[in-house]
Amino acid sequence: MQDIEIGAEIPTFVRQPGLHHWNRYAAVNDEFVPIHMDDEAGRAAGYPSAFGQGNLQWSYLHNVVRQWMGDEGTIERIACSFRGANVKGQNVTAHGRVTSIADEGPRRVVEIDVWTENEAGEQLAPGTARVSFPAG
Amino acid sequence: MSGSDAPSRTVVSDAMRAAIGSEMGRAVSYPISVSDIRKWAIAVYYPEEPPRLFWDEEYAARTVHAGIVAPEEFNPFGWMTAVPAGLPPSSEFRNDPDRTERTLGIPGPGLKFQLNGGLEVDYGVRMRPGDQITSITRLAGYREREGRLGLMLFTSSESTWTNQNDELVKRSTVTVIRY
Repeated sequence: MQDIEIGAEIPTFVRQPGLHHWNRYAAVNDEFVPIHMDDEAGRAAGYPSAFGQGNLQWSYLHNVVRQWMGDEGTIERIACSFRGANVKGQNVTAHGRVTSIADEGPRRVVEIDVWTENEAGEQLAPGTARVSFPAG
Repeated sequence: MSGSDAPSRTVVSDAMRAAIGSEMGRAVSYPISVSDIRKWAIAVYYPEEPPRLFWDEEYAARTVHAGIVAPEEFNPFGWMTAVPAGLPPSSEFRNDPDRTERTLGIPGPGLKFQLNGGLEVDYGVRMRPGDQITSITRLAGYREREGRLGLMLFTSSESTWTNQNDELVKRSTVTVIRY
């Protein structure tokens, strides 16, 4: 992790989620909510179709951090708000950008802005993460 | 409440306000299995193969984790819990926008829709196969504002998860938006 620089973007994590993704997530999280399964329910809630679980966006934010930090890293904290729905047919890209790096005793602590966005560049789930690595 | 988007009406009753801080639930998971972890990882990385740390015992044994661990955001409480025993409440109840208040035995605000507003989590030790996780959840608070879809009610709850060794697994705050 010697190459970390403030302002650097970490590699993205990209998916085009739809019912195959949402159903699998519903199955492991026991999250069978009509708005995530049924276009009519999505429209009744004010969206153009069924849409993905916020919790799946949450996993994508973890995925983008995990694929960058590797097995040595530790996610100490992560937070996000859900601003936009991942409706059908949208690409979702999870991003991260390093905002600070500090050595704290045996840990190197890296703060990252994280977010998912659609292909129009609209943020769906912006947030922050704190990751640590063994220093040195 | 403050600011120009402060609503001129409220759906937060005195009973709801009085319930802030109350315990909403306490649960103990069944022991986490390697299959639970593997299926979670498959779902959240679909359609690509998940990292080997989550399913390959030999690989995971050679990492700093010395064995398979669960993805940080893994939920061991899906489908059924050891405590309370038996089937969870019906999905009709769980999807009821008034579930928070019904759980606390008070009338809810009767709003029609609910969305996941956001999450904040501090992580402790990783979850591993065989772990039994205890979760305690409290109602943390309510706030309201006028939004695109009318009056929006933000309800926060805080959960603390510990493992069978009383080690902190995570402390999280979930915000649900109702409108």
